[in-house]
Amino acid sequence: MSATTAMEVNIEARRILAVSISKLYASRTQRGGLRLHRSLLLSLVMRSARDIYHSSRESEGPSGAQSAPEEPMDTSSSPGEQTRLPEPQQEPALNSAETAPEEPDITEDVCDSEITEDKENLSPAKQSRKRRGKASAAPDFLPSKRARLEPGEERYEVPLGSCRTGESLTTLSLNRVIPAF
Amino acid sequence: MGEDTDSTPTLNHRGFLPDHNYVTEADIISTVEFNHTGELLATGDKGGRVVIFQREPESKTEPFSQGEYNVYSTFQSHEPEFDYLKSLEIEEKINKIRWLPQQNAAHFLLSTNDKTIKLWKVSERDKRPEGYNLKDEEGRIKDISTVTSLQVPVLKPMDLMVEVTPRRVFANAHTYHINSISVNSDYETYMSADDLRINLWHLDITDRSFNIVDIKPANMEDLTEVITAAEFHPYHCNLFVYSSSKGTLRLCDMREAALCDKHSKLFEEPEDPSARSFFSEIISSVSDVKFSHSGRYLLTRDYLTAKVWDLNMESKPLETYQVHDYLRSKLCSLYENDCIFDKFECAWNGSDSVIMTGAYNNFFRMFDRNTKRDVTLEASRESSKPRAVLKPRRVCAAGGKRRKDDISVDSLDFTKNVHIIRHAHTHAHILSHSQEMPKTHTYTHNQNSYTPFHSLLNLLLSLPELKGPRQG
Repeated sequence: MSATTAMEVNIEARRILAVSISKLYASRTQRGGLRLHRSLLLSLVMRSARDIYHSSRESEGPSGAQSAPEEPMDTSSSPGEQTRLPEPQQEPALNSAETAPEEPDITEDVCDSEITEDKENLSPAKQSRKRRGKASAAPDFLPSKRARLEPGEERYEVPLGSCRTGESLTTLSLNRVIPAF
Repeated sequence: MGEDTDSTPTLNHRGFLPDHNYVTEADIISTVEFNHTGELLATGDKGGRVVIFQREPESKTEPFSQGEYNVYSTFQSHEPEFDYLKSLEIEEKINKIRWLPQQNAAHFLLSTNDKTIKLWKVSERDKRPEGYNLKDEEGRIKDISTVTSLQVPVLKPMDLMVEVTPRRVFANAHTYHINSISVNSDYETYMSADDLRINLWHLDITDRSFNIVDIKPANMEDLTEVITAAEFHPYHCNLFVYSSSKGTLRLCDMREAALCDKHSKLFEEPEDPSARSFFSEIISSVSDVKFSHSGRYLLTRDYLTAKVWDLNMESKPLETYQVHDYLRSKLCSLYENDCIFDKFECAWNGSDSVIMTGAYNNFFRMFDRNTKRDVTLEASRESSKPRAVLKPRRVCAAGGKRRKDDISVDSLDFTKNVHIIRHAHTHAHILSHSQEMPKTHTYTHNQNSYTPFHSLLNLLLSLPELKGPRQG
């Protein structure tokens, strides 16, 4: 019984995550720019859904998905801003983001959407969390959470828990979604 | 009359766009506000227009009847703009209107969109000077040689003309979207609040504003809450309150420091862990906050409830009213159709004994704080004859016993939201409008005829005091 409800909760959480992502995505094209309040609320829902999803997965899967290491990130709420990035990089990223909308791929990783505009009006960027397969105990190479790379620049290893998907961050769109696992 | 007949009435400014008969999104009303005497009602729409209605003087035959409202003036307050630096379009939708207390024959109001606040002067002109020496009747300069005698120009009566002129433009002070403005009781300053900052302005000075609250974290990743509404205390000009998306209220005293980041009081109700859901955070976000007239209480509205707080008690609200708790089980669907992000307003009546707030399906709720009775009323076109009595409605939860005339939760129309505004003297002050693009039926403002908008408004203003309502 508990497995079933955990399963249902699982499915529900995934669905809510998918809906949230599409909303975040759609809000990028809204008139008037991104609404910080709405984006914040969306990201909070996504975080809840993700937490519930992971806890329900843990309860159904004993061998422990590695969600623990990724927790430290999540204490803060969503909005990710690339404040450390130099200003000039913002514009090309912005342009490429706007011109390269991607379909959210259903892959193995929990997705976060990163949406960048200017520094000020950034919408919350979710922390992406690589969901570990049951087999892997130690995290692999994890790219930095925020660094946006120049072409040719390399990634550097960052401590556990600060995860971010490994794609080129110039394509700022939803690139992963919770897996059908 | 100009209205189409269909089943989903909405209110908008359509009557003033005679070139098209369909309703556009630009006509949807986004904010409403009475002035302090209740004589004037200003409405702002998504297209940046403001329409002001004026109450007709009471007729001699019915001395105690409420006058009815007719259009007084219309003007374009804000235009769409483009921020080239950020490649962002700035919407012209009017977010808030606030009237200034009247100090002379003219009326002043502040209207704001996402980024810019404007002060407008509304004045009447019913005389004009005639008999200039140097200009002729049409205003052309006369040939000096034709002037043989001098005369003093005299003021002659003319048809009443209402002039609206922009007096101040307060721009470039907000990085985020402005959600509230509030005029201070000192009648000299006002504040404007966006998602992360609150600025204090002087009404006469447009090139400078003071930042009094800044909750932007150094690292935007750490952002956990935003400001959702702010209001000055009704008579203590140093106190103001602002609400957050987490459901907290902060009372600040401007005497304490220039930057009021440290609150004087924090009003927060501990979260009920058993009620936790995916959407707990969204439904606890406060959409409106209002001081009572006495200045002692605060009224807040979040998605499902309205709460009255005592300024002397920070730990929990004094009273909590369930506005539409039958929606609690439907939060997921409401999230999917975006309704969960809707913002409702709330209002006190004149004696602070009744609180009111809007709901869906053209319903609005009134709660009597003393008798603990409440009522649900429907602001619908069908019942909008002048001075008709609104019939109380009941919404029954899914699966519950349903009486005749009850509405079931599943049949609620979430496109019909009710704005709540306060009228100076009457007990019920409501205006209904729809958030959705109206597809069919609309109320119109036709200047020449008596339209459903007026009748609805007048009806609502004539609502009797809350007595003997059935349970809502």
